[in-house]
Order: sequence, then structure tokens, then C-alpha cells
Amino acid sequence: MSATEQIKPAIKTALTAAGEGKKISDFETKFEVRNLRLKYGKDEALKGISLQIPKNKVTAFIGPSGCGKSTLLRCFNRMNDLVDNCTVEGEVLLDGENVYAPKVDVSELRRRVGMVFQKPNPFPKSIYENVAYGLRLQGVNDRRTLAEVVESSLRGAALWDEVKDRLNDNAFGLSGGQQQRLVIARAIAIEPEVLLLDEPASALDPISTLKIEELIDELKDKYTIAIVTHNMQQAARVSDFTAFLYMGELVEHADTNVLFTTPGSKQTEDYITGRYG
Amino acid sequence: MKKWFNSGSPWIWLTGGAVTISVVMVVGLLGLIAVRGFSHFWPTNVAQIEINDAKNNIHEVLLGEIARSETVTAAFAREAGHVVPEHMKVVTRYLVKQGNREHVSSDFVWRFNMGMEEFQYPKGVYVIERRAWGDFFGFPQALQYGGTEVLSSAADFHQQVQQQVAESVAAHQRIKRIERGDIGRINTRMEALRLQQRQLELDQVSGHALQQALAQIEQEKTQLDADYLALRQQLDTLYAEQQQAVLRMQMVNGQEADIKLADIVAITLPNDMSALQKWSEYFKQVWVFLSAEPREANTEGGIFPAIFGTITMVFIMSIMVTPFGVLAAIYLREYAKQGFVTRMVRISVYNLAGVPSIVYGVFGLGFFIYFLGGNIDRIFYEAALPSPTFGTPGLFWASLTLALLTLPVVIVSTEEGLARIPSTIRQGSLALGATKSETLWRVVVPLATPGMMTGLILAIARAAGEVAPLMLVGVVKLAPTLPIDGEFPFVHLDRKIMHLGFHIFDVGFQSPNVEAARPLVYATALTLVVLIIVLNLTAVTIRNRLREKYRSDSD
Repeated sequence: MSATEQIKPAIKTALTAAGEGKKISDFETKFEVRNLRLKYGKDEALKGISLQIPKNKVTAFIGPSGCGKSTLLRCFNRMNDLVDNCTVEGEVLLDGENVYAPKVDVSELRRRVGMVFQKPNPFPKSIYENVAYGLRLQGVNDRRTLAEVVESSLRGAALWDEVKDRLNDNAFGLSGGQQQRLVIARAIAIEPEVLLLDEPASALDPISTLKIEELIDELKDKYTIAIVTHNMQQAARVSDFTAFLYMGELVEHADTNVLFTTPGSKQTEDYITGRYG
Repeated sequence: MKKWFNSGSPWIWLTGGAVTISVVMVVGLLGLIAVRGFSHFWPTNVAQIEINDAKNNIHEVLLGEIARSETVTAAFAREAGHVVPEHMKVVTRYLVKQGNREHVSSDFVWRFNMGMEEFQYPKGVYVIERRAWGDFFGFPQALQYGGTEVLSSAADFHQQVQQQVAESVAAHQRIKRIERGDIGRINTRMEALRLQQRQLELDQVSGHALQQALAQIEQEKTQLDADYLALRQQLDTLYAEQQQAVLRMQMVNGQEADIKLADIVAITLPNDMSALQKWSEYFKQVWVFLSAEPREANTEGGIFPAIFGTITMVFIMSIMVTPFGVLAAIYLREYAKQGFVTRMVRISVYNLAGVPSIVYGVFGLGFFIYFLGGNIDRIFYEAALPSPTFGTPGLFWASLTLALLTLPVVIVSTEEGLARIPSTIRQGSLALGATKSETLWRVVVPLATPGMMTGLILAIARAAGEVAPLMLVGVVKLAPTLPIDGEFPFVHLDRKIMHLGFHIFDVGFQSPNVEAARPLVYATALTLVVLIIVLNLTAVTIRNRLREKYRSDSD
């Protein structure tokens, strides 16, 4: 492939996006957030957010530090429950069902909505056991099934070739980038429907970051992905839609190309052009 | 000066000095114990000391080991009633261990060096270790056994003596085996039958069933009695044989003494030994000390039961305290709502570590032994009453009391171990759909094991060295049996045990023979220190291995 050919599609998308852009409502909705308010004690972190996350697309959340984007992400799998004085109002619908309904089994929800954190957090176990962890939780102990899932997950996370000879080594022996891909493999081993990525590449070097981004691109065929990032280039590169949050409020949510080329609000424009944030 | 002060050097000197003093103190402590403890087993040469002190009218010859010497001022000696020549400013006095306790007034005597001739180390001196009356020092005259008499002039006299002693020791061991083992078993069985009979009364069994049961018990009793008689006869023969052989000795004052071979543990000739033989004798003595039972009110023999008791107690304590402390710590750190009550509980637990250990002993005696033990006896061992089974101090209560004593350190260490685990790892597990308890048991607790091991190490170090509470809850001066043996149920939690720490106290303060006991105090202390070090090193090794296994970035 020549250099010009590589550039061409990029220009083309940018042009079409600027012109028409994709509409969120054109796609099937995986998550729908309705007037979500979240308080840590008395501090309101999210001030009434409503948005939709389309299925099998990558949605990026951007915004300055403390704008609530990570908090919002953690509402999707109820990780905020772990915070002591956190109160949530409003609804988060996963396939039309409120995840904050009293009847919801949180473990079951988290199995459907996987999450990858900012800092790689492998367990102090072997590479194999890290990936098999989620399955073992579900009571799967059949060796053959586990081996198959571990291999396919590691392949899915583009890590298999690097670790296939040392599956029984401690996961801490891997590099930061490898650990992060291992954590992604661990998350996809239990076949979630949604993957939440909380600044997955912020602790990694550029090469590892590139690998993670390529991986996200591959994974979106199978999973609905929501990613929080500080890096606007990254958001532009990997996402289909981008939501800009500011001070706990959703400022703009649109097709990524549209948002970055013709932002609809002054705040968004200021942020993406680097005037604050 | 001011410049030097501002340079920061004083701080380096100050801190470095503190470390130096600590190191000197630790090395000094261990050094003193090691030197005194190790030197006890060396076969010292036996000196013949002739004193011709006309002024004090002392004319005597002593034979014995020089235990110690010290230099005192002449004035001190004069005050004590000795005539010291004018020109002497200081005098040296020697502590001589002359043994032969039943023939002389005191087996350790102090003598001033005034009029003392040069020490002689005559060849052929026998040092006889006896089962009673301590060591005997003297020259052999003759050996009488089996109707024959062998004079010391005979060419193979020493070999014959050693052979006869070896046989006599073997016979003694045989007798002990019968008394302890076979007769002990019969006694245990008899006691069991007695309890069985008593139980029948308590259960109010009557009629044919009672007749049958009693007949069976009676039959077994008769059988046991017969067995006992047979053993008794066997013993009597052995005793009779043993009593015959006699070694005639001459003491340094010319007096003769007959020593039964049955009373002899070992005979050594330190003055005739080469360096190599002395070393081999030295290690033999060390081994005897570690592996034999004490004799003579603990002033002689070995300390094996104390070592064994200490280790058993520490193990049982560890088995009890670890799960208990770990569970409590997990609840406090992971489940309990972190509020006022939790804080109070935590403060109380931490402060428990500061309660004087004797208080635990009193609690153990009052609550565990009299209340819990008493009730256990009433419910499960009714037949044995009024003699208590668990309602009396014993291994189990000692271990339990120590477990209570060391509980705080285990809880604190485990809590610290749990607190060190990064929250990202917990979140990682929760995000995969694990419940809180799954996260805890699969990820958090394994990661916290090094912290738990640290707690256990501290607990062992504290428990193994504890003495005060143990005196109240199960440690005795002399335990007739070990807490673990071949009899069902193998680990006898109700038995009383011996303990190295208490042994030190007992030998050092309760001993009738202070001078003889002194080196044993050091040797026992050394053993205790080494034992604790070994136990700790084992635990530290396990912990380091766990750490390596669960190594993480955050460590």
C-alpha cells in the first residue's frame, strides 16, 4: 500500500463527516442514560446527563480533569457502588433495563459490562490464571474449555504470540503494555457485551498505546466500547462518536469527525483547540 | 564548631552511634550467653590442688575442676577472717568443683591462693557422672562384678570398666523402658477400666447388662494384673543384677568409696584425653544435653522435654491464633463499617498487646481452666471426677492463653497486609463480576499472606519466650511424660508440659545447687534463643517465598 493510498480514506472520511456525519439515533442503542445525577456526599459530580451509546461503536468521553467522565463511565457497571457516600439519581438503561433497579444482580451486570482501568491491574497469578479468573468465578473448571478461552482471549487482545510460551509465568513479569492487553484479554474472556475503557493507554508508552488503539479498532466489531481519554488525538483516532463533558454536564455528543472539525459549542471548540483543559 | 554543627555531621554521628550501641548490646548479649552456654560442655581437666597455708592453718589437697577464679582485695579477704600477708594488696580465689557431694560438706568451695602449690593434673582421674549426688572425682581402685574383682593395675582395667558401665546403662534403659512403656500402658488401661466402671454407675446400668460389663472388666483386670506381675518379676531380676557391680574409688584424701555401677551415667578421664577426644566428648555432651531428660531437680542431665514442650506449645498456639486472628482482621478491615465502634474495637485490640502477660495467665487460669475446663470435665469426663482432666493447667490451656496473648499482633499485621493491597486489584476483580467475598478469598487474602506470616513470626517470637503466664496455665518444673507419644490420641492436650523459659527460671532460682545450675542457665538460655531463631527463620523463609510468589508493583 502506498503512502497516498493510506492518506486518501482518512481525508475522505473527514470530508464526508464534515458534510453529513453519522447520527447517533441511526444506530441501535446499547446504553441509554436518562437525566443521571451523581453526588459524592454533597458534591455533585454529574448534573443531569442524558445520552445514548450506540451498539458496536466506539464512544469516547473527553473533557478536562474532574469533569465527571470517569464517574460517568463507572455508572455503566456500577463501580461507583464501592464509593461509600455516593448517591445516584436518574436511570442508566442497558438494553432498555435500568441497571440501578433494585433487582439487578450487580455481578451479572459487571459480567455483561467489562471494564479496563487506567493502570494495568493484573492479579498476582499466572498469565493463564489471570485470563481464566472470570470463567472460574462462573464455575467453569473444565481444563479444555479454559485453555480454549484463554487462547482465544489472548489472541483477541493481540497478546497470544508474545506470551504463549510462558502462560504459567507470573503476570507481573509482563511489561506495562502487555499487562494492559492482558487485562483486556481478561475482560473479554467472559464475553461481555460492553467494554468500558478508563484511560487505558495513559500509563503506557507510545508503541504500547498504538497497539491498544489498534486493538480497540478490532474489538469494536464484537463489543460496544466506551472509552475515557485525555488524549484528543486518541479520541479522534479510535472513536466513532465523542461526548464532551464539562463540569459534570454533557456539552456536546456527536460523530467524532463532526465534533473535532465543526464543534457545535464554544466550550468544545476551546477545549479541543487547547485553550483550556 | 558551628560550621561542623551546620554541616549535618552531628546527626550522622548521633544516629550512627545509636545503631552502634544497639549492635554492641545485641552482640554482647548473644556473645555472653553463647560463650557461657557453650563452654559448659567442655571436659575441663581435673586439677589436684595442694594448699599448705600455715598462717590460716589450712593443709589440704583438693581434686576437682576449677569452675571460676576472681581477684579480690586483701582487705576483703581479711574481713572474711583470713590472714593475708601484709605485702599482698590483692588475692586470687578459686572456685573448685570437688564433687563427691555425699562425702564432703560442699561440692563447690572457694579457696584463696595463699599457700597454694602449683596445680597438678594427675593422669587416671575418673570423673564419674552419677544419677544421684552429682559428679564424683577420684582414682579407681578396683571393679567388682559377677563375683570377680579386677584391680586398677590390670592392663585392660579401663576397657573393662567402660564395658561394664555401658552394660549397666543399657540395663538401666531397659528398666526405664519397661517402667515407662509397658507398665505405663498397663496403668493407662487400668485407669480406663476404672473410668469405664464408674461410667456404668453414673449411667445407672443395671441387671444383666451390668453383670456382663463388670465381668468383662474384671476379666481384663485379671489379665492386666498377671501381665504386671510378670513385668515386675522381670524388673526385679534386672534390678538385682544391676545392684551387684561396684566400682571402688579412692578420693584425694585417701578415703575409699564404693559406687554402684547402676548409679553411673558415664565415666570420663579428662586428664588423659587428647584434644580430638575432648572435642568428641564435647559434642557428645552437647547432644546429651539436647536429647536427655533432666535429673537431680533439673540441675543435671538434659533439657529435651523442655525443648519438646516449647515447640509443641508454639505449634498448637500458631494453629489456634492464625485462623482466628486472620478472620478477625478480615472482618475489621473488609466488612466492618469504618465508624466509631470499629475504631474502638481496633484500639482495644491494639491495646491488648500491651497488657502484661501475667494478666493473661490469671485470665487463663480463672476463665479457661476453672470455668471452661471445669465445665468440660463435668460434661465429658464425669467419670474421672473429682480428679480433673481439663480443669487443671495443661498444654491446651497454655497454648490457648498464649494464642490470646499473641492475637493482637496477628490481627494488626494482617490488617496492615490487607491495607497494603492496591484497590485497583480489588476493582479489577469486582469488574469481572466477582462478588466481594470472591474477590476477598481469591485475590485479596492470598496477597495478604505475607502480612499474616509477619504476624505469625511476631507471635512465635513472643510466645516462645513467654514465661510468666505459663506458670499459671500448664508449665511445670518436671513433666513425667511428653505431650506427644504413641498412646492414643497421640497429642495429649491435657498434659502438663515443660518449657525452656520456665526451665531457665527454675534452674536459676529454684535450684538447690546454685553453682551447679549456673552454667545450665546459660546453656538453656542459649538453646531457647537458638530455638526461637530457628522457628523465626523458618517462618521468614516461608514469608519470603510467598512474597516472591505474590510480588506486585506496589511492593
